[in-house]
Amino acid sequence: MSEKVAEIKGIYQSFGSQEVLKNLSLDLYKGENLVVLGKSGTGKSVLIKCLVGLIGIDKGTMTILGKSVETANENELMEIRKKVGFLFQSAALYDSMSVRENLEFPLKRIETNISKSDLELRTVEALENVGLLDAIDKMPSQLSGGMRKRVGLARTIVLNPEIILYDEPTTGLDSITSREISDLILSLQQKYNTSSIIITHDMPCAKHTANRIIILAEGKEIAEGSYEELANSTDSLINSFFKQ
Amino acid sequence: MDNQPQASPDIFSKTKAYFAQLAMVARFISKTFKEIFLFVKPPHEFDELFKQCFKIGNKSLVLVAITGFIMGLVLTIQSRPVLAEFGATSWLPAMVSISFIREIGPVITALICAGKIGSGIGAEVGSMKVTEQIEAMEVSATNPFKFIVATRVIACSLMVPLLVLFSDACGMLGSLTGINIYGDMNMNLFFAQAIASLEFADFFPAMIKSVLFGFVIGVVGCYQGFNAGRGTESVGTAANSAVVISSMIIFFVDLIVVQLSEVYNTLSN
Repeated sequence: MSEKVAEIKGIYQSFGSQEVLKNLSLDLYKGENLVVLGKSGTGKSVLIKCLVGLIGIDKGTMTILGKSVETANENELMEIRKKVGFLFQSAALYDSMSVRENLEFPLKRIETNISKSDLELRTVEALENVGLLDAIDKMPSQLSGGMRKRVGLARTIVLNPEIILYDEPTTGLDSITSREISDLILSLQQKYNTSSIIITHDMPCAKHTANRIIILAEGKEIAEGSYEELANSTDSLINSFFKQ
Repeated sequence: MDNQPQASPDIFSKTKAYFAQLAMVARFISKTFKEIFLFVKPPHEFDELFKQCFKIGNKSLVLVAITGFIMGLVLTIQSRPVLAEFGATSWLPAMVSISFIREIGPVITALICAGKIGSGIGAEVGSMKVTEQIEAMEVSATNPFKFIVATRVIACSLMVPLLVLFSDACGMLGSLTGINIYGDMNMNLFFAQAIASLEFADFFPAMIKSVLFGFVIGVVGCYQGFNAGRGTESVGTAANSAVVISSMIIFFVDLIVVQLSEVYNTLSN
């Protein structure tokens, strides 16, 4: 088995009296795509937000690339985040900036000494990877939902992350665009050997991209396995996810 | 003992929430100061600072000019009959210039900026929060506080005093117009009298409080936006609260600065 790049052990997270994650543990291995399935409100998005320190946890431990997340100070958290890409459900593009500026924004601030030619090269390369070089000077308001997701992905990979966290990458997209995004996730995994956690409801996307799947219910893991193993499960709850 | 009135747990939770909110505000302000002091350290955000300065100054220029001019005109027209009773209409330029420079210019301009700039900042930052743009900056290992808050607060603190000076100038022109509606005074004489009546002690506290007003508008707008809720409704709430809260604080700051300058004037005389 390849090396672990992220390790979550017995985490608990709650908003007031509402417990979102309850004693959840999982590992992510180098170069694998781990899909997290679950109904809405089972804490899937909270899980990946906890992993990058956007949301604190009540109990448990989280390690990313050998560094503890829950005990990290601001600077240590910054170092962790440089190696972890995050694609938001809404893509979260900066509205006031063009596509080019969206990609240059993190690059200029993290690699403060980057030359103009390198900046251009990295921006163009990231946009070529998602097939959107033509949109380089467009504003986010001029892009469709699928294009926004792709630009969001380009902004994520421009920093060459070792881990990518996808928060419902295909939600709100038609089946053809969803398939294109799923293909993109796979091609990035193969090209850069990145490890990914993919939060999704979209079963075709899960089937297409997953090396391993875990299913969450009420903040706990209830099943783990490959797509085929889980699809053939006799458990009615697990099986309900795979009914088309 | 059982019949003694018991403090409601609701009061405790409200008090706790109030102090938690206070602590959040204190943390936000201290972080703002930290980012302002470290502003010259890389990564530099001067481009965003200049963009915000232009936006803030340019956005409010016409409104400040019109309001300043009308205030000067109205103040002159309404003061004239009272001064005329004492045969002191020649004092109009001095009276208007002192009241404008010391109080009317800074406060009116700050209130206009609170409405125009403060609500704009609250809505803009609030919508960035709602659409996860702030979180996106955080997860890409950049500092949203420096890029969003420090730039806007510095821009407000720099631009509001300049807008106040511009408003003062427009107010004086309004006053000149008001005087010339009922009488006759040439521009040179008007400005010679107005300027002769002013001292450094009139300008200095006004400029200090203008900087503070700008700081308040920037911080309150950013704080409300940064702490907006999840829905789109919270963007409107953030914009609205930014105006109401900053307007209130502007009056308190005005009161404090006026009191302090009075104490200083008394001690120096």
